[in-house]
Amino acid sequence: MLEQVWVIPLVPAISFFLILFVGKHLPRKGAEIGVVAVGASLVLSLVTAAQWIHRTNEARDAVDGGGHAAGFLGAVLAGAEYAVVEPVVRTVTWWQSGGEVIEAGTLLDGLSAMMIVVVTLVSFLVHLYSVSYMEGDRRFTHFFAALSLFTASMLLLVLSNNLLQLLVGWELVGLCSFMLIGHWWEEKPNSDAALKAFLTTRTGDIGLLVGIAVIFFGAGRTFDILEINQAALGGGVSDLVLLVAASCLLLGVIGKSGQFPLHTWLPDAMAGPTPVSALIHAATMVVAGVFLVARLYPVFWEGFDIAAGGLNPMALVGGITVVIAAVLAFVQNDIKKVLAYSTISQLGYMVMGLGVGAWVAAVFHLFTHAFFKALLFLGSGSVSHAVHSFDMKSDMGGLREHMPHTYRTFLIGSLALAGIFPLAGFWSKDEILLGAGANGYEAFMVVGLIGGALTAAYMTRCVYLTFFGEYRGHGHPHESPALITGPLWVLAGLAVVAGFLNAVPFGIHLFTDWVEPTFAFPPVAHPEFSVPLAVVATLLALAGIGAGAGYYFRNLGPHGLTERNVWARRGHTLLWNRYYLDHLYTGVIVGSIKGPVARAANWVNQRVIDGVVNAAGVGSRQAGQWVYDKIDQRVVDGIVNGSATGAGETGGFLRRMQTGRVQNYGALLFGATAVLGLTLVILI
Amino acid sequence: MDGFDSWALTLAVFLPLAGAAVLLLVPRRDETSIKTVALLTTAATFAVGVWILVNFDYGATDELQFVVDRSWIEVINSRYIVGIDGISLPLLVLSMFVSMLCVIYSWNHFPEPHNPKAFLALLLILETGMNGTFVAQDLILFFVFFEVVLLPMYFMIGVWGGPNRQYAAIKFFLFTLFGSALMILGFLALFFLGGQTFSIVELQDTAQGIARNTQLLIFAGLFMGFAIKVPMFPFHTWLPDAHTEAPTVGSVILAAILLKLGTYGFVRIAIPILPEAAVEWAPWIGLLAVIGIIYGALGCLAQRDMKRLIAFSSIAHMGYVMLGIATLTDFGLNAAVFGMVAHGLITGMLFFVAGSVKDRLHTLELSRLGGLLVQAPRMGWILGFCAMASLGLPGLAGFWGEFPAILAAYNPADGLPEEVFRAYMVVAAIGTVFAAGYLLWMLQRAAFGTPKDEFADQAVPDVNGPEWIAWSPLLVLILVLGVYPHLLFRVTDGAVGVALRALGG
Repeated sequence: MLEQVWVIPLVPAISFFLILFVGKHLPRKGAEIGVVAVGASLVLSLVTAAQWIHRTNEARDAVDGGGHAAGFLGAVLAGAEYAVVEPVVRTVTWWQSGGEVIEAGTLLDGLSAMMIVVVTLVSFLVHLYSVSYMEGDRRFTHFFAALSLFTASMLLLVLSNNLLQLLVGWELVGLCSFMLIGHWWEEKPNSDAALKAFLTTRTGDIGLLVGIAVIFFGAGRTFDILEINQAALGGGVSDLVLLVAASCLLLGVIGKSGQFPLHTWLPDAMAGPTPVSALIHAATMVVAGVFLVARLYPVFWEGFDIAAGGLNPMALVGGITVVIAAVLAFVQNDIKKVLAYSTISQLGYMVMGLGVGAWVAAVFHLFTHAFFKALLFLGSGSVSHAVHSFDMKSDMGGLREHMPHTYRTFLIGSLALAGIFPLAGFWSKDEILLGAGANGYEAFMVVGLIGGALTAAYMTRCVYLTFFGEYRGHGHPHESPALITGPLWVLAGLAVVAGFLNAVPFGIHLFTDWVEPTFAFPPVAHPEFSVPLAVVATLLALAGIGAGAGYYFRNLGPHGLTERNVWARRGHTLLWNRYYLDHLYTGVIVGSIKGPVARAANWVNQRVIDGVVNAAGVGSRQAGQWVYDKIDQRVVDGIVNGSATGAGETGGFLRRMQTGRVQNYGALLFGATAVLGLTLVILI
Repeated sequence: MDGFDSWALTLAVFLPLAGAAVLLLVPRRDETSIKTVALLTTAATFAVGVWILVNFDYGATDELQFVVDRSWIEVINSRYIVGIDGISLPLLVLSMFVSMLCVIYSWNHFPEPHNPKAFLALLLILETGMNGTFVAQDLILFFVFFEVVLLPMYFMIGVWGGPNRQYAAIKFFLFTLFGSALMILGFLALFFLGGQTFSIVELQDTAQGIARNTQLLIFAGLFMGFAIKVPMFPFHTWLPDAHTEAPTVGSVILAAILLKLGTYGFVRIAIPILPEAAVEWAPWIGLLAVIGIIYGALGCLAQRDMKRLIAFSSIAHMGYVMLGIATLTDFGLNAAVFGMVAHGLITGMLFFVAGSVKDRLHTLELSRLGGLLVQAPRMGWILGFCAMASLGLPGLAGFWGEFPAILAAYNPADGLPEEVFRAYMVVAAIGTVFAAGYLLWMLQRAAFGTPKDEFADQAVPDVNGPEWIAWSPLLVLILVLGVYPHLLFRVTDGAVGVALRALGG
């Protein structure tokens, strides 16, 4: 199976075309094709993952046993012997230039095996959920077609063995995101949000395009990921090239993974249907940037000199994102927007984790976050299914009695997100903080701790406004059907247990064993578990919950501060306007390019450039008139008349329509060019 | 060489002309026969194209194939030399293919003042000119075909065009002719200074003896001829007017094929014959190319008319093609040829859709459009697909004209200023965002939302039969070439190597 992983994206790709062309005529309007196809992909992914695990175990046994099994190499690094498990690569010719063949293919290792499992699993659950959630939608079939295309593109992205194919997947998931955010495109805000998402991520892609070009030539004319990684680690690429490449690629990551300052599209992306937010804008597509960094880690490791500690652009971007997004989550009334800012903040953790050298921790956080954030989004969808709104303040409250399943699963997800022991978020977030502390990035450890407290507090607010207090909406909310609560419980289960894959204090490091690359990978540190840090982190999270609970449940603390204090009010206004970044982008930058700049360019085009052309035309016509009056009529009358008559006769039937202008203009033109030509001849 | 081998290209060129002659014999009122003759002619020509595709030796894409070399105008030593290599082949077949699809589309889309006989005859003459340009291997022959194209297009715009057609047609004609005059001067200079021959292949050797400064001047003359045709900034102003006023089929041919005559001229004639001058001029060509990318995009953003917007987008797209050419590398030239084909398919499709929308709503003013997806969902989705292809979405054909050109600009040919081209690369990469911007805004305004009040109650027929037949091959090709670009790159790659051989590349 490891060599045949190309089948995994192919199945949903075929499903896309099937749903598109025959979906409407089926009893379930195409949903059945999508569910079956993604289910099949899920099974194949699980088989692949199992085989990969088997492969790693075999390699490890071989090293432990002192022997070398065929195909595996033992290696000695820093005194510890470990098994090198070679990734499985399979390629075909894709195109060529200058006789050099550029290949497409699959690269299967622990990282991609983990990613395909996450993608197909969440996608499958979202498919099941959507069958019920999207029932009766105006474009039900189209919705499932787009989900299939998305799943195929995302799988293509994570299985790529080269950067160009990764770029293809990267843009295709962007396309699906565009289609699905704008799913209800009749309403302008939705299509605006879709455009914003596409254009903002494309702005980041400027960096991706340039970065790929830089690294292509830097690594010796190759798009191949493993070759690039080897070249970056081998010292064959200059530091400057690596720094430029890493910085450019980081810009792409900032766009795609919603990092400051290009995060502004993600909250707007909530205009799409909720299952889409869960799948694309929480669990999978938005982590593509994180995945890219993880995939090309040697380039970033060397380019940003991550081993040196202290400060680097990637850690900085991640750290800023953690805090600024978490703060914004407090002033949102729309439950999905809270979750969107929370996602941005958690993506910040991942980028920061990679920036501080905590590779396993960051990727592990990607893994656990996919489950509990998908859970929270689907939970918010279940709530909105009942109350027909996303506004926590005006239409929710007290739902815990009406929706027990949704409430319990949402609570589990919130606790996992807040990082409460022993749920999934605790383990992965703790590892990131641990890595930051151990690798000389203490400042970012503090940032992470603060972010943890903020996360706990805003989720407490969110849970309170949604499930506690009095019901403020209309009608009688009721629990969602089993097709909706089923996936919630599966994800809730995963949110509880997923963390134990890498419960280091219990001596479990399966995730590290299976996922961390051993081939073309920098020597990242594996810090020991620290009880004090875990205790501090947990206490801070509990403090966040306590503060939130005190403020909202018990009505303690400075309520109404924004009315009394001018600085509090200003702070709130700043947050309410999202730091004015949207004003800057949409109003100032895009507005001026679309408006005055484009109009100025058009004015130059019509008045200046075209003005010259028209003036030349008018000028030569006047010159011609002059020549005609002064010279032609007196000197060469006969000759011109003769030739014009001849031309006129051949153009007979056309002249009826065109009044013979061609000859006049042709003659003028010939005169004009003859002068120019003469100049050229004289110069030669 | 068996009989048909030596006749294939000649047939490919003159079959349409013969068809046009037959057409003149058919009575004007018998429209069905007229359409049938035109369709059969283009289909037969395309069949020759398929035969050529099948019999082309893909192991020798770098050599001229199906060559015919006969004496023609002995007094100036101009010969009838035709032949194709891996660069000409895709463009020749594209020309035949698009011409046929245009006839199919025309079946029930004749613009006023109707007159299918004259219209289709012009279309066939046009095809002869286009096919001839792509197979000619003699400068005079090339020039004749290059000019043959002008007149039919002039009448297409001037007779069947929009309200401002006279101005647009004359502007198109004069502007191009102006460039041609300088081009023919360049050809003449090559003839007199380069060993009294017009053969493109021979000139690649004999022209190397020309003094360096003279080479620069000759290149400048050729540049004017080709750059106006492309069109490159700042010689582009004929294009938006021509496109806006031209009938749909005219716009499609103009975008799909005519613009490529210019870029093809660079790749076929200017660079192989005058490589040293090409190196000198390349930074300036690159500069105009990237200005065109951004400037064309800004122009798009300012447009209120959908067709004019698509016309401006051509300027931006041809900027990528010219940037690829200016790098003088295999990546760049491959990207350029791919970009020519891709732009032909994609922008041709966009003009088809725009034409069909105009047929139904009688306007292309973006402020009056909206909700195409509601009224004619299939057409709306096709518009969306083409917009995505046009903005260079990977997986569709447009990407392969853009990305390798950007890539090539990072590492241009020896002798070119690296820093300058890297700056161009960044500008070109920024241009991709602009492209996404104007295309998606167009899509949003035309297709999303709900129909404006004035059209709300109007029934808008969705894509009809002839439209499906004419469009689906283009749509499929856009997808297939996008997914598996090797289909085209393996054809062009060898020939691109030959074009750059004189540069030592």
